[in-house]
Amino acid sequence: MHELSVCRALLREAMRAAGAEGPPLRSVTVRIGPLSGVDAGLLARAWPTLSAADLLIEAAPLRVSCEACGTESAVTPQDLTCRACGDWRTRLLGGDELLLVRIGLEAEDAHV
Amino acid sequence: MCESCGCSITPRTGPAEVAVLTRLLADNDVTAAHNRAHFDDWGVLAVNLMSAPGAGKTALLEATIPALRDCRIGVIEGDLETENDAARIRAHGVPAVQITTGTACHLDAAMVHEALHEMDLRALDLLFVENVGNLVCPAAFDLGQHRNVVLLSMTEGDDKPAKYPVMFRAADLVLITKTDLAPMLDDFSVERASAALRRIGSEAPVINISARRGEGIERWLAWLRAERAARHAAAAAG
Ligand SMILES: Nc1nc2c(ncn2[C@@H]2O[C@H](COP(=O)(O)OP(=O)(O)O)[C@@H](O)[C@H]2O)c(=O)[nH]1
Ligand SMILES: [Mg+2]
Ligand SMILES: [Zn+2]
Ligand SMILES: [Zn+2]
Ligand SMILES: [Zn+2]
Repeated sequence: MHELSVCRALLREAMRAAGAEGPPLRSVTVRIGPLSGVDAGLLARAWPTLSAADLLIEAAPLRVSCEACGTESAVTPQDLTCRACGDWRTRLLGGDELLLVRIGLEAEDAHV
Repeated sequence: MCESCGCSITPRTGPAEVAVLTRLLADNDVTAAHNRAHFDDWGVLAVNLMSAPGAGKTALLEATIPALRDCRIGVIEGDLETENDAARIRAHGVPAVQITTGTACHLDAAMVHEALHEMDLRALDLLFVENVGNLVCPAAFDLGQHRNVVLLSMTEGDDKPAKYPVMFRAADLVLITKTDLAPMLDDFSVERASAALRRIGSEAPVINISARRGEGIERWLAWLRAERAARHAAAAAG
């Protein structure tokens, strides 16, 4: 799968955030939703081949809002129906994200 | 074909604060938007075909090209399983560009952009991109297409939408293929497949189709023509 290319994108974005002349990366925090299409385990395994920085993974919850009754529910990737009324017409509130959340830098504990 | 834009896709840069909550595939999205602008410049409808390996994407194209005579078709072939897919398409008299990227498990927008340089969009109404046979990653990469079509063959099982929700949620249309095999496959239920699709929140219409026997081809062509008309209307409205 493409976890290695996702790692490359992650490293590129993290270096961009750190700045060309900036201190080396100490940690990189990424947020992954279950519908992002990326497997957290595979990502964690691919990362050390590219960078010595710590990769910290935050799991984003999968939540939907029902178009029929307005209820917000925590759902699973296999079943995004409303937990209150059972309607399938729901809107995704979160759970498909694939985000660089923050970076930690060597020297001072700078969070960007 | 990029004479107007020069194709200088400059990476987004900015102050470091902006990097918080950066979408990791933002670079791909920039290139995808650029591809879409090319399609829109020339009034071309771009359709991305995705499926597991062997679900029948190339066979569908081979059945579609001769049936859709009122439409100038081009194909970008990204299916790496079978090297001769582009040749199969060209045999039907339409331009086809083969993307060869070794062992890539998905197409990305940059690969498609490169292929576009070998394709004369002015001479096309409809461009198909046949993606790599894979139900996992192709869905995560926008190529600049207007519509995603996901093929699910009857030999794969009706639980696929639940197993690959990211892929099936991306579908604007789901084609259940190889329906000529239905008499031999008593464990595939179109109703169950459709129900699984609704459960993952997809509103995509479902068409049963057999590239071999022609079942469902008319409905598929009608969907394509409606999408073409919608594109034209959008272009006319500016
Ligand atoms: N029975 C039957 N077989 C099909 C049909 N469409 C494709 N196939 C077969 O499925 C295999 C894979 O088809 P192909 O179009 O290459 O799949 P792709 O990998 O998705 O492009 C080939 O052996 C085709 O002959 C169909 O409608 N009915
Ligand atoms: Mg093929
Ligand atoms: Zn991939
Ligand atoms: Zn509800
Ligand atoms: Zn261009």
